[in-house]
Amino acid sequence: MTKLQLITKGLVKDNPTFVLVLGMCPTLATTTSAINGLSMGLATLFVLFLSNMAISAIAPAVPDKVHIPVYIVVIATFVTLLQFLMQAYVPGIYNTLGLFIPLIVVNCIILGRAEAFAARNGVIDSACDGLGVGLGFTASLTIIGMIREILGSGSIFGWKFISGDGMLAFVMAPGAFLVLGYLMVLFNKYLKK
Amino acid sequence: MEILLIIVSAIFVNNIVLAQFLGICPFLGVSNKLSTASGMSLAVCFVITLATAVTYLLNKYLLVPFNISFLQTIAFILVIAALVQMVEIVLKKTSPSLYQALGIYLPLITTNCTVLGVAITVVTKDFDFGFGAARMLGYGEAVLYAFATSLGYGLAMVLFAGLREHLALNDVPKSFRGLPIALITVGILALAFMGFSGIA
Repeated sequence: MTKLQLITKGLVKDNPTFVLVLGMCPTLATTTSAINGLSMGLATLFVLFLSNMAISAIAPAVPDKVHIPVYIVVIATFVTLLQFLMQAYVPGIYNTLGLFIPLIVVNCIILGRAEAFAARNGVIDSACDGLGVGLGFTASLTIIGMIREILGSGSIFGWKFISGDGMLAFVMAPGAFLVLGYLMVLFNKYLKK
Repeated sequence: MEILLIIVSAIFVNNIVLAQFLGICPFLGVSNKLSTASGMSLAVCFVITLATAVTYLLNKYLLVPFNISFLQTIAFILVIAALVQMVEIVLKKTSPSLYQALGIYLPLITTNCTVLGVAITVVTKDFDFGFGAARMLGYGEAVLYAFATSLGYGLAMVLFAGLREHLALNDVPKSFRGLPIALITVGILALAFMGFSGIA
């Protein structure tokens, strides 16, 4: 597989949200608007890219018995780094996403890619894989966030196109499940063989 | 009165799955059968309560006094992973029947974000029940909140597993089969739970 294929396969064929169905908690919780979805996606991309590279570099030296705790500590380190960076440069977004930034540690996409890909492949390939899956995740989150924002608050990327409120339920919990459910139906029907 | 508020808030109003979106993966993953769903809920209940009891003290007496709160995420996840291992070993020795019942769900709990989520939530300074003024929870309240939250998790899990058992008997359109119809069902369940926010 070429480097480019490694990156693009995360977008549709191995899309983490619609095909692999991983990392559902941030997908549902942070997509109240397009901007929030996009920020969460980029935050996850950051951790996934760095942890994939670090784990593929250290994997041969890690004894098999303790590999999961070691990976989790590596991931937790990058998440802590991300928390510092976000607090310093984008405190507004950091506060909106709140709990879900530290919870990137237990996002199954990251540990999943570490186990399934990074531990068995080289550093460059793992970086491409992390980038691809991260971009796929970002794209899905942005799309879900956009649809919920349009239906729920009648705006798009913060730009309001109707006066008054939208259907509030779509910004709240039920809308997240419904939008993701129906998007998955469309994905199954048109993009998956 | 406040204790009652914590319990009602944690179980119904701010239900951890249907309002806070934590622990969705195991919620969708093991809710095919009522028996496995209740087994998983029991294991989660056990670990959340225990983990919060430990991490709250760790935060209060170690991380905060030494000014190393930035290590919170790493420290908590290590405690949780170690705790899950320990619970597994102890249960295997003392209560093989319960260990058998929980089966593979025990090790999976480390990556269940409810545990880390609740542990981090209860140590935040401006904890908000959704009712009154925000403040920091005391130790007893924190553990109680964790326990009540895990009961809410069990409630959502068992309700959903019951719905899914009926769903399996129906003729669902091909594109909707599996997860999509499950998600839409949860959506409707969450809509029903939104009604509880009127209690506040």
